[in-house]
Amino acid sequence: MTRFLAIASTEMLILRRNRWLLMATVIMLLFALALTFAGSAPTGSVGVDMLTVSVTSMTTLSVYLAPLLALMISFDAIAGEAERGSLSLLLSYPAGRGEILLGKFAAHLAALAFAMTIGFGAAGAIAAWFGGAGAESLTALARLIGTSILLGAVFLALGYLVSALSRSATAAAGLSAGLWLVFVVLYDLGLLGAVVMDGSGDFTRSIFPWLMVANPADAFRVWNISASDGVAMASGMVGAAQTLPAWAAPLSLILWPLLAFALARAAFKRVEP
Amino acid sequence: MTDNALTIDNVRKDRGKTTVLDDVSLRVAPGERVALLGHNGAGKSTLIKTILGLTPLTDGQIRIGDAKPGSAVARRTTAYLPEAVSFHPALTGREQLQLFARLDGQKADIPGLLDRVGLGDAMDRRIGAYSKGMRQRLGLAQVLLGNPKVALLDEPTSGLDPISRQDLYAIIDELAANGTAVLIASHALTEVEAQTDRIAILRKGIKVADDTLENLSAQAGLPTKLRIRASGDHADEVAEATGGTRINCASVEILCTPDRKMEALRRVAAMGEVITDIEMTPPRLEDLYRHYAKEGAQ
Repeated sequence: MTRFLAIASTEMLILRRNRWLLMATVIMLLFALALTFAGSAPTGSVGVDMLTVSVTSMTTLSVYLAPLLALMISFDAIAGEAERGSLSLLLSYPAGRGEILLGKFAAHLAALAFAMTIGFGAAGAIAAWFGGAGAESLTALARLIGTSILLGAVFLALGYLVSALSRSATAAAGLSAGLWLVFVVLYDLGLLGAVVMDGSGDFTRSIFPWLMVANPADAFRVWNISASDGVAMASGMVGAAQTLPAWAAPLSLILWPLLAFALARAAFKRVEP
Repeated sequence: MTDNALTIDNVRKDRGKTTVLDDVSLRVAPGERVALLGHNGAGKSTLIKTILGLTPLTDGQIRIGDAKPGSAVARRTTAYLPEAVSFHPALTGREQLQLFARLDGQKADIPGLLDRVGLGDAMDRRIGAYSKGMRQRLGLAQVLLGNPKVALLDEPTSGLDPISRQDLYAIIDELAANGTAVLIASHALTEVEAQTDRIAILRKGIKVADDTLENLSAQAGLPTKLRIRASGDHADEVAEATGGTRINCASVEILCTPDRKMEALRRVAAMGEVITDIEMTPPRLEDLYRHYAKEGAQ
C-alpha cells in the first residue's frame, strides 16, 4: 500500500510540477465556459433551462476532450520511462508491476477528475446562476462529470496499453492519436455509413444501437442523452438511444475501464525493459 | 544456504535464433568486487537484467543469496545502477530518492546520502537541470539505499569526470567493505584494473575468463616489454647482444615472457655504462582483455 501511495503521490507531484494539471483545468474551464455562453441562445425556443442546454453542449465537448486529455497524460507512462532508462530501475525495486500501473492510474485519474469537476462545475454554476437550474438539470450536470471521468479512465488505460506496446514515447504518441481518431471519429463515421447503406433494415434497427454503445465514447453520449429528457430534447438525439435497454450504455462505460486496464496490465507484464 | 551473495549457474539466454548468453556461470562472494568486461553486445547488460529478473532465462539458474531473481526478497536486497540512467526531469533529486526509499520500504537519511555522492547542494534542484554526471551520482545514491547484499552497476563511470570516478570507486569500496557483493560491468579497463578483486570477461555470451588479474596474466603468458635506452651510438650493439629490436636511434625493445624477465634484466645490467635507462611495462589489463576477448583463448 505504501508503494502504491509512493507511486501515486510522485505522479501527482509530476503533474503539478510540469503544469499539466493547471493546463488541463484551464482548457476544460475555457471550453466549458465558451460553450455555455455560446449555447445559451436556444433556451427559450426549446423550453428547457440554460443549465440543460449547457450540459448538452458540454456532453458533445467531453466526447472529444476527455479521451484527448486522458491519452495526452497516459501515453508516456511506460514508453517514456523505458526510453529514459528508469523503467528497469523502477522494476528492480520491490513494487509489483500492477502496483506501479495502479499508482499511476490513480494519480492520473485524480488529475482528470479535478480538471473535469472544476471545468464543468464552474460552467454549470454560471449557467445556473444566469439561466436557472432545476433538480433534473443539476443531476444531468453531476452525471456529465461522473461519466466524463469514466470516459477519461477508459482512455487512460488504453493509453497505458499503447505505451506498453510501443518501443518509444514518440511511437506511443502516434498510436494514441490513432486510437483517439478511431474511437471518437472514424467509428461513428463507419456506423453512419452502414446505416445510410442499410436504410431502415435489420442492421439499423437491431444491430446498430448495440454496436454504438460498444464504443465507450458513444456509450458516454448515449448515457448522458437518454438519461435526461431535457438533454435529449435539447440535443435532438432521441432515436437510436431509445431502442436500447437503459442499462446498456452505463454497463458499457463501466466495463470499458476495467477491460482496458486489464489489457494494459497484461501488455505491461510482457514488457522487457 | 550458500556462502555466495550471487550465484549464477550455467545460464543460457536465447533471443530468437541468437544465443545472447551461453552457459555462463559466475559467483560473487559478499564483499567481493568483480568486474564484468566485454565488447558491446557481449551480453553484459543482458546478464545483469537476468539477475534482476527483468529478462527470463532460457536455461540455468540464478540465486541472490537464496532467493530467486525477481522475487520480493531478491528485489529488496539487490541494488542496480542502469547504464546512462535518467530520471523524470520535473522531480528534484531529493524527491526522486524519496520515491525509491519508499518503494524499498525503509526510512533513509536522504540528505545524507545525497551529500555522500556530492549532490548536497543540488538536492532541491530539478533533475532536468542536472548534468549527465550528476544524474549518474543520483543513480549511485539510490544504490546505497538500504545496505544491499548485491549491487549491479552497469557502466557506472560513463559520463563522469576523473575526480568523480575516484569518488565513485571510493563509494564502491565502502559498499564492499560493508559486505555488499559488487558486480561492475565496464569498458573502462584501466580503472577496473586497480579497483576490483576479480575479472570476468564475456565474449559473445560466453565467459572466457574469470580470475584475479595476476592469475589471468600468468595464464595468458603475455610478454613483458623492456625498453632500453643506450648511450651514444651503442644502440645497434645492445640490440645484437640482447636479441631485441631497435626502435629508434637510441632505444631497443625486448619482449620477454614472465619467467625469462629476470634473466633478460641481468643481461642488460651486466652491460654497464652503455645502458642509460630501462623502462619495464608488464602486460596491462588492456592487453589481457585483447588476448581473452579476441582470440578467445581459455
